Amino acid sequence: MTADISTRTGRGAAIGHLERLEAESIHILREAVAESDRPVMLYSMGKDSTVMLHLARKAFHPGRLPFPLLHVDTTWKFREMIEFRDRTARELDVELLVHRNPECVELGIDPFTHGSSVHTDMWKTQGLKQALDAHGFDLAFGGARRDEEKSRAKERVFSIRSAQHRWDPKRQRPELWRLYNARTAPGESVRVFPLSNWTELDIWLYIHRENLPIVPLYLAAPRPVVERDGTLVMVDDDRFPLRPGERPELRDVRFRTLGCYPLTGAVESTAGTLPAVIREMLLATTSERQGRMIDHDSSASMERKKQEGYF
Amino acid sequence: MATPTSAALGDIEEYLRGHERKDLLRLITCGSVDDGKSTLIGRLLYESHLVFEDQLAALEADSARSGTRGGDLDLALLVDGLAAEREQGITIDVAYRFFTTDKRKFIVADTPGHEQYTRNMVTGASTADLAVILVDARKGVLTQTRRHSYLVSLLGIRSVVLAVNKLDLVGYDQGVFDGICREYREFAAELGLTDVTCVPTSALNGDNIVDRSPHTPWYTGPTLMGHLETVVPAGGETAAAEGPFRMPVQYVNRPDSDFRGFSGTVAGGTVRPGDPVRVLPAGTTSTVDRVVGWDRDLDEAVTGQAVTLTLTDEIDASRGDLLCAAREPAAVADRFAAHLVWMAEAPLVPGRPYLVKSGTRTVGATVARIDHVVDVNTLERGPGTELGLNAIGHCELVLDQPIAHDPYDDNRHTGGFIVIDRLTRTTVGAGMLRAPLRAAGDLHWQAVDVGKAERAARNGHRPCVVWLTGLSGSGKSTIANLLEKRLHALGKRTYLLDGDNVRHGLCRDLGFGEADRAENIRRVAEVAALMTDAGLITVVSFISPFRAERDFARGRVAADEFCEVYVDTPLAVAEARDPKGLYRRARAGEIRDFTGIDSPYEAPTRPDVRIDTTACAPEEAVEVLVAKLGEMGVL
Repeated sequence: MTADISTRTGRGAAIGHLERLEAESIHILREAVAESDRPVMLYSMGKDSTVMLHLARKAFHPGRLPFPLLHVDTTWKFREMIEFRDRTARELDVELLVHRNPECVELGIDPFTHGSSVHTDMWKTQGLKQALDAHGFDLAFGGARRDEEKSRAKERVFSIRSAQHRWDPKRQRPELWRLYNARTAPGESVRVFPLSNWTELDIWLYIHRENLPIVPLYLAAPRPVVERDGTLVMVDDDRFPLRPGERPELRDVRFRTLGCYPLTGAVESTAGTLPAVIREMLLATTSERQGRMIDHDSSASMERKKQEGYF
Repeated sequence: MATPTSAALGDIEEYLRGHERKDLLRLITCGSVDDGKSTLIGRLLYESHLVFEDQLAALEADSARSGTRGGDLDLALLVDGLAAEREQGITIDVAYRFFTTDKRKFIVADTPGHEQYTRNMVTGASTADLAVILVDARKGVLTQTRRHSYLVSLLGIRSVVLAVNKLDLVGYDQGVFDGICREYREFAAELGLTDVTCVPTSALNGDNIVDRSPHTPWYTGPTLMGHLETVVPAGGETAAAEGPFRMPVQYVNRPDSDFRGFSGTVAGGTVRPGDPVRVLPAGTTSTVDRVVGWDRDLDEAVTGQAVTLTLTDEIDASRGDLLCAAREPAAVADRFAAHLVWMAEAPLVPGRPYLVKSGTRTVGATVARIDHVVDVNTLERGPGTELGLNAIGHCELVLDQPIAHDPYDDNRHTGGFIVIDRLTRTTVGAGMLRAPLRAAGDLHWQAVDVGKAERAARNGHRPCVVWLTGLSGSGKSTIANLLEKRLHALGKRTYLLDGDNVRHGLCRDLGFGEADRAENIRRVAEVAALMTDAGLITVVSFISPFRAERDFARGRVAADEFCEVYVDTPLAVAEARDPKGLYRRARAGEIRDFTGIDSPYEAPTRPDVRIDTTACAPEEAVEVLVAKLGEMGVL
């Protein structure tokens, strides 16, 4: 039983791993739409969102997307992300909702004076809950992957949330074969992760294969950065409070993940094309979440944030 | 093994094309922490260079703090996930791990091996094509090895790798390895595990994991990774792929009046334009017109692909239907023999209504009886009246409408199903359809010419079930009796089904345990449905404490033929009335399972009528009900 896979005979030919992942995601997207009343897709302009949106368009082709996109904005995203978002919505003719937590707008919450955890909790976690409640969405697609972080390795594809959007590890349902159970009690909602079984490498390979546009920040270019506490932070606008002695300098950098620019670390790189980025990624020795500063508090921090309703 | 990094410095474009083409193997690892399972998975991740520097730094810190390796790198900590279980030192759920080589991508379902985690192993095995079963070379084939092997065979896996681990601790002794392999192969053959490969390993030292071990010169077979990279698994997806075409309709794609596509994932075989297909359970036939792809139409779709098909005829098909090869259609039935694995704390009770989801169809279901319960340790069959958490039973499953299906071993996607609790809406069980039961298949519904409509016309009113639920002593019987008198006086055709009276005849054989109560209600619901068909207004007066059973009764008749009446009397009031002295006896412990005392009453959340007997006399209640029946168009 050690024949090469390509010599497989019989009526069913094998399909490649990207096609299997693609098919699984499309199945999940269709199943979720068929079993919910009011679905929405969370859209963050990142590489995972880009793949998820593309898969959704494939799932319902030639029809239109049967749900809107929702961007929970923090007013601190990279400018290029916002441009990319608006261009994507326009060119792909999809409905885009943007929510900014009005409380944060009023209080002027920012990561510098309030700290990254308050900033993230109020803009993102609370903002997300507000938007889901305001529109009455009973199901939300998210682009999280199981390989991102250890606590996510056990996350379900269909994750049940209480009326308070909390995640309770004990209430998650067993998922067998491709039979997903999306039934909820009144007030409960479902978070659905179509990319659960994708890895970072799969995402990049797929973007390459499908030739998908991405936010240019993923590719290396000279950008103004300061080095702060060992992390390269891009000075994306004049709201960035420079410390005494700090002076932005142009360095060749790119980003492995995208978020609020003051909280996203850049890596020095000369990879100006997608294949070059993938090559660097294969040689990389740090995992992608290191660029995300919200994880660093403790090894169980993601698990706690998820229980609080962060995606 | 070539790791992802080894080729990355060459021609990147060529390398990417190679990676885009490689295939995927899904596997499950079975064994306990003691067998070194987490270490083995950690080793596979580590050796395929998917452990990053920052994770290694965290791992070193974790190893120093809670590692079991005395400060050395503890690879097992790479895969122990949630904080709670790390503190307990055991994994308690299914975790999915990913690694890749130049030849394949791998998804590993990592499940704990303890007896109480049958649920997790079954879940992990349901999507796996192959199982890696670990044994400790010092201990050999144990009870848990047999349990793991039985469970993976139950879920249709046919290819197994037996990793005889910790071989370093027996001095890399070939005799030990051969003895364990021989014993295991004998046992595996009995279970139908047709493809067994045994590998001598030490996950801790890396022997025969990726590189051939210098300590086992007598072993000529593949390394674990070498085998995983090349094996073509039997069973699982392969069985489905080699069978006839199957596709559950997931979604009807209808962007405009010119396009009507049936979207779904091919669950078996292949399909091409021009292929004749049959839509089940309806049985209508058509021909595939197009296999619609993203940027162009496809020549064919194979098992595992998510596609959209158009047909040449305007036939009726919707979500829940199964598209099949017309010449090899699936069977259609509503009664099955099935293996059921129970996954909830609340036990499975025969007769209780549940939902079953199979493919994309969800139907009402009950378990008529449990043929036997399998002891996962001895594999012996014994009798059983219910299935507790992690129990496995061979059952007779009855659905409220027929479904198209294949035997599970032919196709896991058209033969596997999940069981959903109607009330909590959670997934409480999983099952494998084995065979349709002929009784139902051969028993056709006798079509009759005089129907409900004709009877209603003769009677001058429409039929209805008025279902009164409430505690013992709440006043149900009094109200029911007055209501029937009133309706009779109005010239309506009525019948009263009373809880106590029914137990003298129809349900004389039933007791008051949970299973018997469920069966009691099922019979009454069926009788009420027949009486409704006969055109009567049926007044049912039953405590009927469980929502699921009342929902079942409602489901037996049309939506506008059921009126749920909650006779709402506080327990204290009912107990004070105690017309039959039952509360007193229940309090004294003379009667067990008495609703409200030591058995729960689930009040209706949205009854059609609620009667507060502390504020409303029985005669007034009757007027309210007569008005309601008028509103419903019954009178």
